[in-house]
Amino acid sequence: MLLLTCPWCGPRDETEYHYGGQAHVAYPANPAELSDEEWAEYLFFRDNPKGPFAERWVHSTGCRRWFNVVRDTVTYEVLAVYGPHDPRPELAAGDPR
Amino acid sequence: MADLAILRESPLVHLHERMRAGHDRPVALRETAFLTMASVRVRPGSAAARRIGEVLGGPLPTACGETTAAGGRTALWLGPDEWLVVSSADEPAALTAALHEALGGDPGSIVDVSANRTVLELSGARARAVLEKGCPVDLHPRRFTPGRAVTTTVGPVPVVLWQTAATAYRLLPRSSFADYLARWLLDAMAEYTAPGEP
Ligand SMILES: [Zn+2]
Repeated sequence: MLLLTCPWCGPRDETEYHYGGQAHVAYPANPAELSDEEWAEYLFFRDNPKGPFAERWVHSTGCRRWFNVVRDTVTYEVLAVYGPHDPRPELAAGDPR
Repeated sequence: MADLAILRESPLVHLHERMRAGHDRPVALRETAFLTMASVRVRPGSAAARRIGEVLGGPLPTACGETTAAGGRTALWLGPDEWLVVSSADEPAALTAALHEALGGDPGSIVDVSANRTVLELSGARARAVLEKGCPVDLHPRRFTPGRAVTTTVGPVPVVLWQTAATAYRLLPRSSFADYLARWLLDAMAEYTAPGEP
């Protein structure tokens, strides 16, 4: 069970949240100009890193707000929690472990 | 005009008798149906939020878990720009009209949600023990005290959980989940309410 800290409600069990996939995937500026391949790339292709990964979560049974998390996909450690419109925070190398 | 209120039925009317049984036990459950409730969305800290606070007799709470109560009305924090007002002192139309007037033309919304949820009252020395069987929030008195309310889950049911006294809690499930939640609670209470139990 992950313990995620909602920016508005504080620490709550993973069961109160829903996962929203990779964060910072921008909607194309001109979708009509995309080729089928580029559109498929936008819709379906996501990073799958071994290590820190920026992802979206929604506190669905709490305040119902979206926010972003940087989570280590190896250790499941939550390295950062930040607002849905904030840039991905810089994490010092090897920190915090 | 015919009084339509006599025709309405609470979501838990079929369980009232089961809930009444064993009211002298260390934990008891009852329904308080048909309270007036309004959903308030407004920008926090704005002039409209201040005017709404004046109508309610106290400022809208600003952080998760907080409530403000005045004159039979309580405002519960649901989100950074969202509140639930629960009232035992107003008819729904009167409450929403007063809140609408306070909102004026500013961005936000006031909606009568009185039929959205019902209210279960769980009380007694074992009330916290019953909730702790299926609620992920820390309900120990050092963290959760009378006057605090959070949105969370009890069993699998999303609820607003609101502590009203040292051993009394209100649970506000959506009406369609009320039957499941009441049965879940009655089951969790059974070890304390069985005849012969202390
Ligand atoms: Zn939250």
